[in-house]
Amino acid sequence: MIRFSEVYKRYPGGGEALKNVGFRLAPGEMSFLTGHSGAGKSTLLKLITAIERPTRGQVWIGGENISKIKSRKVPFLRRRIGVIFQDHKLLYDRTVFDNVALPLVVAGLNHGEVRRRVRAALDKVGLLKKERVYPVALSGGEQQRVGIARAVAGKPPLLLADEPTGNLDPALSLEIMNLFAEFNRVGVAVLIASHDLELIQRLGYRQMVLDHGELVAGGEPL
Amino acid sequence: MRALLIRHIQVFFYSLGQLWRTPWGSLMSVAVIAVSLTLPTALYLVLELTDEISGSWQTGAEITLFLTAEVDDKAAVELADRLRQRPGIRSVSYVSAAAALEEFRQKSGFGVALDLLDQNPLPSLLRLQPDPDQAAPAQINQLIEQFQALAEVDTAEFDHAWVQRLHAMVAIGQRLALIASLLLGVGVVLIIGNTIRLAIFNRRDEIEISKLIGATDAFIRRPFLYSGLQQGALGGLLALLLVYASLSLLAPVADRLAGFYQSGLTLQIMGWVELLLLPIIGGALGLFGAWLAVGRHLRDIEPG
Repeated sequence: MIRFSEVYKRYPGGGEALKNVGFRLAPGEMSFLTGHSGAGKSTLLKLITAIERPTRGQVWIGGENISKIKSRKVPFLRRRIGVIFQDHKLLYDRTVFDNVALPLVVAGLNHGEVRRRVRAALDKVGLLKKERVYPVALSGGEQQRVGIARAVAGKPPLLLADEPTGNLDPALSLEIMNLFAEFNRVGVAVLIASHDLELIQRLGYRQMVLDHGELVAGGEPL
Repeated sequence: MRALLIRHIQVFFYSLGQLWRTPWGSLMSVAVIAVSLTLPTALYLVLELTDEISGSWQTGAEITLFLTAEVDDKAAVELADRLRQRPGIRSVSYVSAAAALEEFRQKSGFGVALDLLDQNPLPSLLRLQPDPDQAAPAQINQLIEQFQALAEVDTAEFDHAWVQRLHAMVAIGQRLALIASLLLGVGVVLIIGNTIRLAIFNRRDEIEISKLIGATDAFIRRPFLYSGLQQGALGGLLALLLVYASLSLLAPVADRLAGFYQSGLTLQIMGWVELLLLPIIGGALGLFGAWLAVGRHLRDIEPG
């Protein structure tokens, strides 16, 4: 699903954010990406969604080399990846339903199909009753679940999450992680960047550890 | 293809809804656009009218050829026949010196005084009416020059020189209207460009998120382009109303003016084609302004 080969990323004027990173994530596999702040977790996720391009090395997503992907192809890459953010990145002037519908509308699905899939996604995260509500009226955990519903609504084969439990208490965090595990059980590949080590140990999935831009553990699939 | 059409229709109504949701801002820019379109249109219509009135005077114009004393009746009639053959002349009438004197005697009341003169002081003359199709100032001037060169002609006069001056003024006015239209058109583009620029910055988050979840540039651009188009077209519609209002204020005065000159002209309210032209021009300018703003600012917003 994801393959990194000898990837380096240097920001202009900054140090090296990633150094010689290589790993694979198989289709349907779930894995955690950990490391201290500034270790390069976010940079690695940005390379996968083509927000950044690698300075050196190759990145493959679903068999496609995206190291030098053309700008006009980027939207189509991103439609195959569901992304969940620590700050949810919801639109606060739209209802829960409209937020979850956004990627489907963007992809040009017809009205009936959008309605059906949004309902299904909200049902999976347990928020079907809140579809008419605006995000401000929701708790942090519920907002994150809206974010997850939006990420999975387009049925992407790959989910990325950047610190999805960063602002949540342990009980809610576990709930969110279990949700990811559920999607993984139906065949979705999941990569979660997190520094919630205690929780990660308990869940027992493969761990990749970044340290100052270098992948020091878990680089190859188990 | 059908999905794209439906998408366009959705975006059309969505943008219209956005205008409705921010009524003051939208109304302001629509009003400014309307005024910018009204000014040159009204100016243009008034000039059109002036041009038509002066044109109708032109057709009534006459050229008078005063013949030299050596030309007798027979030669004058021959000359009249010759001139009648020329292109651009509708009719020629000969007034002999004697007839002119008789006419003058009747009209002036100087009959007794004229009897005291032992010879007729008036020249014989030819009255020519130019063909109305060929009565442009330049053509009239050319005719006069040619007549002046004839041996039989003492002086050739066209008594409507001021009509020509009016023509020249109308031409200057039309040029000014054109310049004003161009400048105000640029103004409309800038106004809409700025409105759209603000809209883009207000919806920065939405644009960024849309890009993150796979929206193409075309998808993101579309609502802004529609918004510019709609504001411009609405401005054009409002301009239409303003033009109508100004014209109905002007109409009674213009009718009276036309009445003085028996021109039978009334201030023409525009036809259906022109009616549609204002919103179309407004829409095109709006679309162009939005396109400029979108091209300039949308690229700056990238997820990072």
